[in-house]
Amino acid sequence: MIAMLQKELQAFFSSLMAYVIIGFFLILTGLWVWIFPDTNILDTGYADLSPLFRLAPYVLMFLAPAITMGLFAEELKMGTLELLLTSPLTTIQIILGKYLASLVIIAGILLLTSIYGVSIYYLASPIGNIDIAALIGSYIGLLLLASVFLAIGLSTSACTQSQVVAFLIGTFVCFLLYQGFDAWTTLKTWEKYSLFIAQLGMLYHYEALSRGVIDLRDVLYFCSLSFLSLLVTNLALRKR
Amino acid sequence: MSIVVHKLSKHFQHKIVVDQLDFQVEKGQIVGLLGPNGAGKSTTMRMLTGYIPPSEGEIHICNHNLNKSPLKAKKNIGYLPEHNPLYTEMYVHEYLRFMGTIHGLGKSKSIKRAQEVVAQCGIGDMQNKKLGALSRGYRQRVGLAQALIHDPAVLILDEPTAGLDPNQLNYIRGVIKELGREKAILFSTHIMQEVEAICDRVLILHQGTLRLSATLDELAQYGSDQFIVSFKEPIPVEQLQTLSGIKKIELLDAHTCKLYVNHSKDIYEPIFHFAKLHGLTLQRMEQKKETLEDIFTQLTNTTHVQPN
Repeated sequence: MIAMLQKELQAFFSSLMAYVIIGFFLILTGLWVWIFPDTNILDTGYADLSPLFRLAPYVLMFLAPAITMGLFAEELKMGTLELLLTSPLTTIQIILGKYLASLVIIAGILLLTSIYGVSIYYLASPIGNIDIAALIGSYIGLLLLASVFLAIGLSTSACTQSQVVAFLIGTFVCFLLYQGFDAWTTLKTWEKYSLFIAQLGMLYHYEALSRGVIDLRDVLYFCSLSFLSLLVTNLALRKR
Repeated sequence: MSIVVHKLSKHFQHKIVVDQLDFQVEKGQIVGLLGPNGAGKSTTMRMLTGYIPPSEGEIHICNHNLNKSPLKAKKNIGYLPEHNPLYTEMYVHEYLRFMGTIHGLGKSKSIKRAQEVVAQCGIGDMQNKKLGALSRGYRQRVGLAQALIHDPAVLILDEPTAGLDPNQLNYIRGVIKELGREKAILFSTHIMQEVEAICDRVLILHQGTLRLSATLDELAQYGSDQFIVSFKEPIPVEQLQTLSGIKKIELLDAHTCKLYVNHSKDIYEPIFHFAKLHGLTLQRMEQKKETLEDIFTQLTNTTHVQPN
């Protein structure tokens, strides 16, 4: 499993893709948080990072499937999956190796934005007057959200030989699970069940974590979604 | 016994691709798997390596049941898949080390083994290149090196010599023959001469069933009970039939016939005496030797069968 993880990290960072993805994420969030007139923190006058945490899920929705799209689709297309599956590695080890590698990448990218947090800390008046609990909660929420997106991306990648198809379906499913249920609650006919429906979606649990309250139920929700997606991945690989 | 296959079958939906295969390969044996395209060779090999599960039957690799203890069985298999898939973005050395580690060799052991197989397969000059930049012959050598990295007792090679030029062909054959002394090797090919050159035993597969399993020595005996005899005069078939030791006569034309005999050694004298007695001039008499190619064609030619 460690060998698999190392291989994927090496492959990622030796490709152009890595730098495009990192650059894309940092430039987009940087502009959004500091420059764009409607959203930048400096003009709002409040020392918190909420603009970043509002935007980040939508960016990750694209980035996570972009990172995972090749992990199985490319192996299927090149036939190298045959080498992996005939080696004395279990399918679970292969999946976990790849999943952890993508988690390390996304965690690294999120870590880079911590410089925004540090800036806000010093910009606040007086220095350090920010809601640290909400900040940490939001980061944990974002990481959990990203881990689900990656797991979904991995499962779509295992279902097809085409990276593009894996990417598009992955993004679509991520969007649906993030925002779809919330949109559903606005329908009049379903008014009675709106709280229950909202709880099915990721947005509800992500917002709960962003408030700085780390509820085990929310964490469990994200973990079980990841687990389910990885289960689908396993099934897809066995079904071939 | 290194490879034991018992009643192995594979169905895809309702199509039977491999049907009730039974064979064994011992240590120190090189076995050639022959068959026309679509005969089920690759499917058989994929089942043997655990890539696809069999529908029925059992596979034992070095006394480990592939179904029950797959990891132990897989540790003993070196596999070169059809079309030799490679990570084109990796360097040769990096790739071999990676394959070593996923086969459970430690880091230092992988590096050591990578150097050894690089030497064994003759890719020393290429080891610092990317796999995507290699020519076909070298890729094939890397594929073979990859299969050898963990020094497996069983080698399964799916068309290791496809698309190589004659020099590369000889080189790869040499390596396989060398390896065959201490390992059990099963490889598939379309080249008959290759089988004759390096194999101990031949399996011919057609439409998923095993049509022939014979050693090369047994193959040499194949068809040796047939003689082509021709006389200058028309053949008196009735009289010829009375000759002892002849099972069947097949007239090819008025002067030539094909004889099926009981014992090939006992036929020369009677024929000579027969010719003398009837005043015939013996023009030609030869034992028919069937090549592997003839046998292959006979066993697998289905063009005269009407599709239903």
